[in-house]
Amino acid sequence: MLSPRYHREIPQRYRLEAGKCTGCGKIHFPPRSVCKECGGRAFEMEKLPSKGKVLTCTTVEIPPAEFDDQKPYVNAIVELENGVRLTCMVAEAPPDEVDVGTEVELVFRRLRCGREWEVLQYGYKAVVV
Amino acid sequence: MREVAVIGTGMTKFGELWDSPLRDLYAEAVADCLKDAGVKRDQIQSAWIGCMTSGLFNGQEHLASILTDYAGLSGIAATRVESACASGGAAFRAGWLEVASGASDFVLAGGVEKMNDGADATYCLSTAADQEYEVYHGVTFPGLYAMIAKAHMHKHGTTREDLAAVAVKNHKHGARNPRAQFPTEITMDTVLNAVTVSTPLGLFDCSPVSDGAATVLLAPVEVAEDLGRPYVTVKGSGHATDSIALHDRSDLASIPVVKKAAEKAYAMAGVGPKDIDVVEVHDCFTIAELVCLEELGFFEPGQAAAATKAGTTALGGDLPVNTSGGLKSKGHPVGATGIAQIIEIVEQLTGRAEGRQVEGAKIGLAQNMGGSGGSSTVHILEVS
Ligand SMILES: [Zn+2]
Repeated sequence: MLSPRYHREIPQRYRLEAGKCTGCGKIHFPPRSVCKECGGRAFEMEKLPSKGKVLTCTTVEIPPAEFDDQKPYVNAIVELENGVRLTCMVAEAPPDEVDVGTEVELVFRRLRCGREWEVLQYGYKAVVV
Repeated sequence: MREVAVIGTGMTKFGELWDSPLRDLYAEAVADCLKDAGVKRDQIQSAWIGCMTSGLFNGQEHLASILTDYAGLSGIAATRVESACASGGAAFRAGWLEVASGASDFVLAGGVEKMNDGADATYCLSTAADQEYEVYHGVTFPGLYAMIAKAHMHKHGTTREDLAAVAVKNHKHGARNPRAQFPTEITMDTVLNAVTVSTPLGLFDCSPVSDGAATVLLAPVEVAEDLGRPYVTVKGSGHATDSIALHDRSDLASIPVVKKAAEKAYAMAGVGPKDIDVVEVHDCFTIAELVCLEELGFFEPGQAAAATKAGTTALGGDLPVNTSGGLKSKGHPVGATGIAQIIEIVEQLTGRAEGRQVEGAKIGLAQNMGGSGGSSTVHILEVS
């Protein structure tokens, strides 16, 4: 991944910053420039809660090359306490301990090293509470 | 709008075609199509070509110009259409609109993908998901459909065996299709004992990495009548989009974009699911066939698995689904898939599906899908 693309996403990846529409109150993660619900264009920053539960998950046995050193790993769609949903890895847990309904918390982790000319890539992963 | 007919079809065999470059695959499909239609190449006014990512697979963009040049059609209007794995369906719709509008009389709607060319197919395909908020976290396409499968199992009680039954059925069909990449029957044990890709999906739940091209020729119905050859008419066309990130959709056990596209196609055609005789759906993964059949209204949510196990969706059943072998057995050169589905329906409706013919089929439906459900097209065809 090239650094301009990486740099732009840092507020949401490192600090879980979402955008709350001042018109209708919808919280968008990642932040958007136009509200999907009402078309509004004014937002205030809202930090996401870190706790949530797994809605669905899978254990990836055959990953893309960049993730080969982490296999097998669990990917999940997590619904946070405020209703926002996101996709992430569930780290540090045996795959059979993660299922629909498992309670998790988002933590800051290195996600992948990338190729040698790429920036190190960080962001959120979930851990089982 | 004018009524539009499919007056010719052409496609390559699907498979690992290492000796065939991208441009020759398309040229071969066009040559077969023009021969089938009995139309000369200088009559062709325009071509729409579905292709997902020739830039990543083959390092080639500006695709429509190079492909039509090598197909002997240099000079015509030609446009490449991209909607991930629904590129072919989107190209068909674009070609249909051009003829229906009255702008042109002879329009090619095709698709091509050459996935076996040395590039990392997993990476290339992953660009159809959200790069920053799915792929960044290690998500793969098998992983996305695995999460849909998990949600479907949790909500509807679908089992691992239910998924496997789809693969067994489609391979049984594909064994009767000479253009299929894997024209071989498989057993339940083969599917269940295959290497796991992303739980609960194994290798035999996944469509293969394929090369191939397909194209159809469209013309107004009056022109088709004058030609005096068998043809089918396009009765309904539906196209819809949705978020490409799976997590942005409310019900993870469904693929709502398919229902949206289907509603438009049914309304335009003035028919419903009960009127359809033969179906091609986008079984990129076994779970996708079950969910798509439910979204298309053929079965209630959670009921497609029981119908599959009862043989309803097999050749000889009440609603044969994926008689071509589907993406699973026939192969899935992504940009060509939507057109190959149309071709199977045309062959069924015109009585040319040798060895796998659905007797008396009059109305068929083809459903093509992009990504994990970020786009879908549905087309309804009828033979008079
Ligand atoms: Zn709003």
